[in-house]
Amino acid sequence: MALDILIVDDSAAIRKILLRVLGQTQLALGNVFEAADGIEALKILEENSVGLVLSDINMPNMDGLQMLTSIQQRPEWSNIPIIMITTEGAQSRVMEAVELGARGYVRKPFTAEQIRDKISTCLSSEICHGN
Amino acid sequence: MATEIPLSSLKITSLIETHVSMVFSTMLDLEIERQQDAFDVHPETVFSTGPSVIALLSFTGQWSGTGMIQCSDALARLISSRLFLTDFPNVTDEVLDALGEVANMIIGNFKEDAAPELGPVQLGTPTVLSGDHFQARMWQGHQWTDILFRCGKENFQVKVCLVNQRSISSDAGLLETLSL
Repeated sequence: MALDILIVDDSAAIRKILLRVLGQTQLALGNVFEAADGIEALKILEENSVGLVLSDINMPNMDGLQMLTSIQQRPEWSNIPIIMITTEGAQSRVMEAVELGARGYVRKPFTAEQIRDKISTCLSSEICHGN
Repeated sequence: MATEIPLSSLKITSLIETHVSMVFSTMLDLEIERQQDAFDVHPETVFSTGPSVIALLSFTGQWSGTGMIQCSDALARLISSRLFLTDFPNVTDEVLDALGEVANMIIGNFKEDAAPELGPVQLGTPTVLSGDHFQARMWQGHQWTDILFRCGKENFQVKVCLVNQRSISSDAGLLETLSL
């Protein structure tokens, strides 16, 4: 079954890179949605069925941690796996994301294999920490 | 009198080299090699003499300053083509965005790894410039640590300047000026 993915990052370049990398993972992809911040991401989740979210932490308007909190407060979304993709190596921010419900994280820079492995692991387990 | 940074130029170089190598190998599939030991340079220095792309990121916190990457137009377009799998005959907004992301990853990861010595440091949003014959100056005589790499026939340069906030006079602040 095709996986619909939402990419959330304020950098258009990173969104484009992730699109390219997802295409190299050989995962069965359905729709790939893009959002520039947490607010846009929540709107997309309202209107679409999404099977996985890849999100930055540091973003304007609504950051990744605030978005996680909002998602977890909605029962219909709380089971969507969320993977943080970030240069934020500080354990406090990353662990806060995991405590808020993120299934794992990948630190930039990343390879297609790391993204594929993280997605595969996160779809089949409860918690999967960084690369 | 400036407070001495708790990171030596050697340590800065080592961290930067690690993250430059990581970005070039994992995301760009390009070989890159450091060309020289890091050296501290005069605050006023010419660091590009041809068409170049420069990405700047500001550090704020107890230690503030600037991280820069600089490369030729040609290398900037190659980096972008590796990131986006598209050819770029000219320096476009996408090329500038790509260099901003590369700077974000290199300087951002450097900042994270330097945190045990520097304490919490925040990073600003990248500003990316395209032009010719850039000259950079750090106000108040603060020095850059300058690390030069070679990728194929092109240079790739990373510069870092960190200044303790307490060493900056009340009305000064850290300023970099760029002139074309």
